[in-house]
Formats: sequence, structure tokens, C-alpha cells
Amino acid sequence: MITVEFLGPIKKPVLSMEASTLHDVARVLKEDSEMGQWIDSCAVAVNDALVSSLDTLLKDGDKVSLLPPVCGG
Amino acid sequence: MVELYDGPLNVPEILTRWYSQESTSNYGAYIPFVGTVREEGGIEGLSFDVYEPILKSWFDTWVAKVAPFGATLKMAHSCGDVLVHQSSYIAAVFSPKRRVALETIEQFVEDFKASAPIWKYDLINGERIYARERSTAIVGAGLLGAKS
Repeated sequence: MITVEFLGPIKKPVLSMEASTLHDVARVLKEDSEMGQWIDSCAVAVNDALVSSLDTLLKDGDKVSLLPPVCGG
Repeated sequence: MVELYDGPLNVPEILTRWYSQESTSNYGAYIPFVGTVREEGGIEGLSFDVYEPILKSWFDTWVAKVAPFGATLKMAHSCGDVLVHQSSYIAAVFSPKRRVALETIEQFVEDFKASAPIWKYDLINGERIYARERSTAIVGAGLLGAKS
């Protein structure tokens, strides 16, 4: 089981799901109507490190974070 | 190191303390950047969410990047509400020579705006409204929406 957390303005509680790669996470979130406005603009981190491939392997206890567009300062 | 504060930054205290910390470190240049919330678009202020773990790793990468030039960086940012004419962000570079400091502060602040995991909201009529049109997608964003 992994968890998916939504950072910043995405008002959505943490999800728990079975997933072996980010492909599995993408499949679930693409079907989530609440994610429609966010999914194409979010960066993704696994255990607080940004990742760039859907082939990223996930293991039990991993944390996937979605980071929407940023604006510090 | 990254300093995070609830609410506005105490600019004189931070700048003076950083100066004191490095005053005998043999740096020839200290260039601070102070970001102040401007009165614009009827806002009462801005508000910020910060994701600290990735902010720290982003900052540490920058510290490592400038270390070969003998330079170092400091940064402070607000969490929560910061009203008009208050400060929410200070970055500073210390380096032996001015050219490295001048170039570094520009690159650091620009990359901060594009990459640091901080989300900005306008405070209008007591509401907190995500400043989406002024926000930038982090490099590599859209991964989960791509065709798999």
C-alpha cells in the first residue's frame, strides 16, 4: 500500500492505494474528476524526491506527492 | 539553511544577524534580496503554503552548486499570511568576489520562483485565493497526465 498526498491548493485528502509503479497511480487519478484541472500541471515526488518517469517503482509504504504550479516570494 | 517563519519576516533582524554570522568569514560581497508584498489588485496581503522537505533539498542543491565558487546562500520565507508592505522572502548570497554574488543572486531568485515548492494565495475580502495565473509548473510537471 502506498499513499498519495496533494500539496498546496489541491484540497483533497490523502489517498491510499495499491501501486507498483507510477503508471498505477496515473490510472487511478485520471479517473478522478476532482483531478482534471490539476493532473497536467502537477510535478510528482516519491518520498520527497522529484521524479520524471512513470516507470518509477513503488514499494509498500512509499509516499507519492503531487505538486501543483508554484509561486514563492 | 532555510529559515521558515509563521507570518511576516523581521527584515532588520534577519539581515543584521546574517551579516554578523559572516562578518569575519572573509567574504567580499553580501547581496541580500528582500521581497515585499505590494498593494496591487485590491489585495490585503498574500498567504503561503510551504512544503519543507522538498524546499530543503532544493536549497541544499543550490548550496552545493555555489560552494565551488567559495560562495554560500541563506534564505528565509514566510508561511501563512503576510500583509501588504510586509516582507515574505529574503535570499542572500555571500561570496569572495562581487561578480559571483551578483550572478548567483539573480539565478537563485529566478530558480526559486520557478522551482521552490511554495504556493501563493491572494488575500481578498478575507478569502484565500490561489494565485494560479502567476504560478509556474515545476519542470517535468504533467507526468501523471501523460499517455502511458
